[in-house]
Amino acid sequence: MILAIVDHDRGMLEELSLQAIAFAASLAPGEPVHALVVGATGADVAAALGKYGVAEVHLAAAAGLTDYSAAAVARSAAELVERLAPDAVVAAGSLRGNETLAHLGAMTDLPVAIDCIQAQLGSPTRVTRARWAGNLIEQAELAGRPALLSVLAHSVAAALPGSGTAAVNEFEPALTATDLATQVKTRVSEGHGGASLVDAKVIISGGRGVGGPEGFGPLDELAALLGGAVGCSRVVTSAGWRPHAEQVGQTGTKVAPDLYLACGISGATQHLAGCRNSKTIVVINTDADAPIMAIADYAIIGDLHKILPALVVATRAAKT
Amino acid sequence: MEILVCIKRVPLSGARFTLTADEQDIDTSRLGFTVSPHEECAVEVAVKLVEEHGGSTTVLSLGTADAEEQLRDAMAVGIDAGILLETDGTEWDAQATAAAIVDAVRASGKSYDLLLFGNESADASGNQVGIRVAHALEWPAVTGLKGLRVADGVLHGERPAGADREVFEVGLPAVATVRDGVAIPRYPSVPGRIRAKKKPVDRSNPSRPAPRLAKVKVSVPESIGKQTKILGNGPEAAEDLVEVFRAIGVI
Repeated sequence: MILAIVDHDRGMLEELSLQAIAFAASLAPGEPVHALVVGATGADVAAALGKYGVAEVHLAAAAGLTDYSAAAVARSAAELVERLAPDAVVAAGSLRGNETLAHLGAMTDLPVAIDCIQAQLGSPTRVTRARWAGNLIEQAELAGRPALLSVLAHSVAAALPGSGTAAVNEFEPALTATDLATQVKTRVSEGHGGASLVDAKVIISGGRGVGGPEGFGPLDELAALLGGAVGCSRVVTSAGWRPHAEQVGQTGTKVAPDLYLACGISGATQHLAGCRNSKTIVVINTDADAPIMAIADYAIIGDLHKILPALVVATRAAKT
Repeated sequence: MEILVCIKRVPLSGARFTLTADEQDIDTSRLGFTVSPHEECAVEVAVKLVEEHGGSTTVLSLGTADAEEQLRDAMAVGIDAGILLETDGTEWDAQATAAAIVDAVRASGKSYDLLLFGNESADASGNQVGIRVAHALEWPAVTGLKGLRVADGVLHGERPAGADREVFEVGLPAVATVRDGVAIPRYPSVPGRIRAKKKPVDRSNPSRPAPRLAKVKVSVPESIGKQTKILGNGPEAAEDLVEVFRAIGVI
């Protein structure tokens, strides 16, 4: 049996968890995939997982656990590891998935392989994983059982919904005071509008070359025309030109839209890590040797301040 | 406050890597070295916290003797002392690294209030050393932070999550891992650099246990070095790009 840890945000399924389910199913064809959902607010998410091919769902609920706690998710997973002896535990390669596995590794004294692209279970388990924010691929041997693995975001397709159903077994994990103390205490709204980066099919992203907050006008316009979202590089958020929520990269949001248009972005390693899985990457840049060209499918070499207004006009014309 | 900040010496890389002939690592013979970006910010957080609350700071690194350079860089911006866990350059996995740090914390004789780490190292990207240390010490861990302050013995941490920021609060002592952006690192001053040379560095040579996540070899991913189609050199290429938009179905 393979156990997939399924994350949710107060009852909203985390899409990357569907990639974890797909990866779990690919590890041992024929073996059932079980899922762990933590928190009473995840009851609807748990009930819906059968259709993604999950054979059995374990819903962990405990008094005082009202929001996300990585330690509480890991504690619940550790109980299932003890009770059900899965061959592997798989989590999404998100901030939450990775930190949850780190806690689980510490609790069970097992090694953890983060950001896996492939894994072949055995003694040892052979993994192919991303290092250097995806700029280097490592083949490694992982000792211990179960194999604790997270799946590099967007390196596998998400599990698709079908007609299956799965029983939901509720259990109460024995949480420690620390597990509860480290849960999300409260939330502050960033209060930004527009399409969310994670869900956007089109992302128009700007970097240092945009020149300032006012330079984002044509990017906003083009994003609106294509029904997409605006993203940006770290330089842009550090300078206060755009909110942090729009930052694409290893330290911002990792995205994989149909179209990623990078305007005036040189392509720092950490930015490339956040956008390299986009289906089509187009670069507009004055420098034909910029690092971002290494991942570009198409490019226009030139001044974005001249090219973008022309692109807005041409796009608008094409839509009418 | 007594703060320990843990850093790692990593090569200053561009986007394209050259590998060593044995495919064990990237070829660093022509590269400079630095500290992982998250940890550079962790150093700044430590210095700021002590400026605000008083106390002292220590920087720790597990690495070759050359990692002293990164310890001195941290001391040049205000860290008081260094601990070097010296290795022969063979890679240590996350479990071994965490165990060596826990031993060093216990051996230091200090009662730290806060241990700071980067969320993940730039090179190995394992995402787990800080959390493993927290469990060994039975301290709470708050991770992936982009905002951190301390008031009345309570650590307040924040990080973006979708359209919101998640807020965490835990009592000290605690482990916190931070991400780039949590603070803007300051530049060292010339007097700072001179003072750093005289600050104490405690050296020891821990022995490396057998790795449980063991590297076999590394390679450069295929998507690096894609064939790029250049559509043009100015606004006249806009029409061609719109054709691409049509072809991939976004119009």
